[in-house]
Amino acid sequence: MQLLFISPILFPLSGLLINAAFGKRMGERLIGAVASLMVLASFAVSAYLFIQMGALPEAQRATAVDLGIPWIQVGNLHVPFGFLIDQLSVTMMLIVTGVGGLIHIYSIGYMHGDPRFQRFFVYMNLFIASMLVLVMADSFLLMFVGWELVGLCSYLLIGFWFSNIKNAEAGRKAFVVNRIGDVGFILGILLIFATFGTLTFTDVFGKVMAMSALNSPVIVAITLLLFIGAVGKSAQIPLFVWLPDAMAGPTPVSALIHAATMVTAGIYMMTRAHVLYTAAPATQDIVALIGGLTAFVAGSIALTQYDIKKVLAYSTVSQLGFMVAAAGLGAYATSIFHLATHAFFKALLFLAAGSVIHGMEHLSKSAGAHGGAADGHAVDPQDMRNMGGLRAKMPITFIVYVIGGLALAGVPPFAGFFSKDEIVAAAMQHNPLVFGLLGIAAVFTAFYIGRQLVMVFFGKPRTGNAEHAAESAPLMTIPLIVLAVFAAIAGVLNLPGVGTLGTWLAPAVGGYEVEAFQIGVAGLFTLLSVAALLGAWYVYRNAFTKSSDVDPLAGLGPLYIFLKRAWLIDALYQSVIVKLFYAASSFLARVFDVGGIDGLVNGTAVLVRNTSGVLRRIQNGLVRSYGMMMLLGVVVVVAYFLWSAVAR
Amino acid sequence: MNSVSPYVLLSALLFTIGVVGVLTRRNAILIFMSIELMLNSANLAFVAFAHQWGQLDGQMFVFFVMAVAAAEVAVGLALIVTIFRSKKSTNVDDLSQLKG
Repeated sequence: MQLLFISPILFPLSGLLINAAFGKRMGERLIGAVASLMVLASFAVSAYLFIQMGALPEAQRATAVDLGIPWIQVGNLHVPFGFLIDQLSVTMMLIVTGVGGLIHIYSIGYMHGDPRFQRFFVYMNLFIASMLVLVMADSFLLMFVGWELVGLCSYLLIGFWFSNIKNAEAGRKAFVVNRIGDVGFILGILLIFATFGTLTFTDVFGKVMAMSALNSPVIVAITLLLFIGAVGKSAQIPLFVWLPDAMAGPTPVSALIHAATMVTAGIYMMTRAHVLYTAAPATQDIVALIGGLTAFVAGSIALTQYDIKKVLAYSTVSQLGFMVAAAGLGAYATSIFHLATHAFFKALLFLAAGSVIHGMEHLSKSAGAHGGAADGHAVDPQDMRNMGGLRAKMPITFIVYVIGGLALAGVPPFAGFFSKDEIVAAAMQHNPLVFGLLGIAAVFTAFYIGRQLVMVFFGKPRTGNAEHAAESAPLMTIPLIVLAVFAAIAGVLNLPGVGTLGTWLAPAVGGYEVEAFQIGVAGLFTLLSVAALLGAWYVYRNAFTKSSDVDPLAGLGPLYIFLKRAWLIDALYQSVIVKLFYAASSFLARVFDVGGIDGLVNGTAVLVRNTSGVLRRIQNGLVRSYGMMMLLGVVVVVAYFLWSAVAR
Repeated sequence: MNSVSPYVLLSALLFTIGVVGVLTRRNAILIFMSIELMLNSANLAFVAFAHQWGQLDGQMFVFFVMAVAAAEVAVGLALIVTIFRSKKSTNVDDLSQLKG
């Protein structure tokens, strides 16, 4: 029975071991099949657990899986090796393995012909296993293990094409920025242990609920420290700078890790620890504000990007801001709802963008076979200015892209509409400032996705690559279609009167009164979204006739530059933190190390050599001089004793 | 001057001769003999004092010293022979490789 509960982790684990051990002799198809089937097997088990859980009465649904293996036992610290399967974790397991499985299948087509095909799938399976450890853990410590493992997978996969130094640097940046968050997280964990003497979720939450006072300083400190971890992992202000760079990885990685699953770990963690956050309203206000600001800032940056994946990356940051804001407003179930719908439509958008890039590279690949590119110089296949008119060339990709885009923009009846509306409605009730930020961000969202759709799919092809683009293979389009269906209908999950995600999650994430569906707010935001989409179409419909045309938004002058350079945040970090760090390092290396440390060491050596230079003269090797010294010594000793005897 | 004094004086004289021999001689064998002289001067002092106090402890010590000296002679002469074989000399001033 326990084996069944942990088998979702064991399947991808065995998949990665098989592929790592025998992959060299297996060939692409078999490697891809093993990796994908293992994830799908995990999905099947998760679905079985979900159905089984649904049949149980509500009070018995959460299952603690104690493997009976004591993990850490030092002094007061007892951490068992166990898992907690409840409504929240089973929901996350379904998302991770479901979306993950589809992305695995897609990757077989996308990574076709890559020299490190085997390694890619080993990393992907490792990621799925790690992510499942994260969501199934029953203690903060085991969760942290999963948290660090997914961070490692993220680093490995961002820098997957490490032969290009830019990709390796992006991986390193993601790693370093995430470590800043992780320091906060682990300090929070230590403070939890110092305060409550345990790290198991149920024990900690039980003790917190026994405390009556709100905003006790230690709880506020714990929640803020945990939030720093979430800020790093879920790319919130001020640590969001790593996520846009993370797009250096292969597109399926962007879809799986940097859109659908890993970056939502921070939201999952706050939802899991909702008992702590509910006991600290002061922290919640900060969380909601950071979420709202992130949604607004990242949304505004996405308006000005040309790289098809960068737009989606900033969009992801913005949508994560929505989720964090929802968690900060106490609407945890809503946050998870948006997490789920976002996983579907953003994975869809990324994979569809991958399909577009694949199509754009079609010419270069075939031209390479015929000797020499058509236009003589390389065309960036990710720059939207080089695209245009792909609607007719890639019809399936176009349709699913539109579905994903409408879901993201929040147009009914697509999935994003329902989840985003719930968040905005919750903000309106509790926090007008956050409501304003989220509202503007929602309009930005519709505008930038409309801009992207127009630039990529409408108008006339602007380069030879776009001219000769071709639809991707079925291995890639079928997962797109499945995801598109989910992106279209996933709103049903929590549709007022039909869906029950909120009530399903309630025992695990706290009984939050799900906002009644407010037709006024929903209608207003639908109108705004549609207006923004149409506005984007109007502005961009004729804006680009060739690749070198200027963006109409450039008319905004300095503001446009400011947005385009991501609010100069990277430049700020570069000029303040990185430069200071380099200056300090170079001081330490050139002055302190050479002068101080080396001086101390060399000085000791010189002192010893000079002193011994004097003393070595005694060691002249002549036996008779040694004898003379012994005699003198004896004379001194005897004289001493005689003298002291006489003195007495 | 009591009955033990001449023996102690002789002992001191022999010891001094031994010390001077050790410090001035260069030949290893002569140094060796000087050391034996010092040991025996000590033995003489032991016996003299043992006789004066009427106790056998001192005499017993002499036997120990003689036994150890015999062993030392065996080892020491063997060393000197070996050194002579490699160095063709028993001059201790030639054996100064260990100087610092």
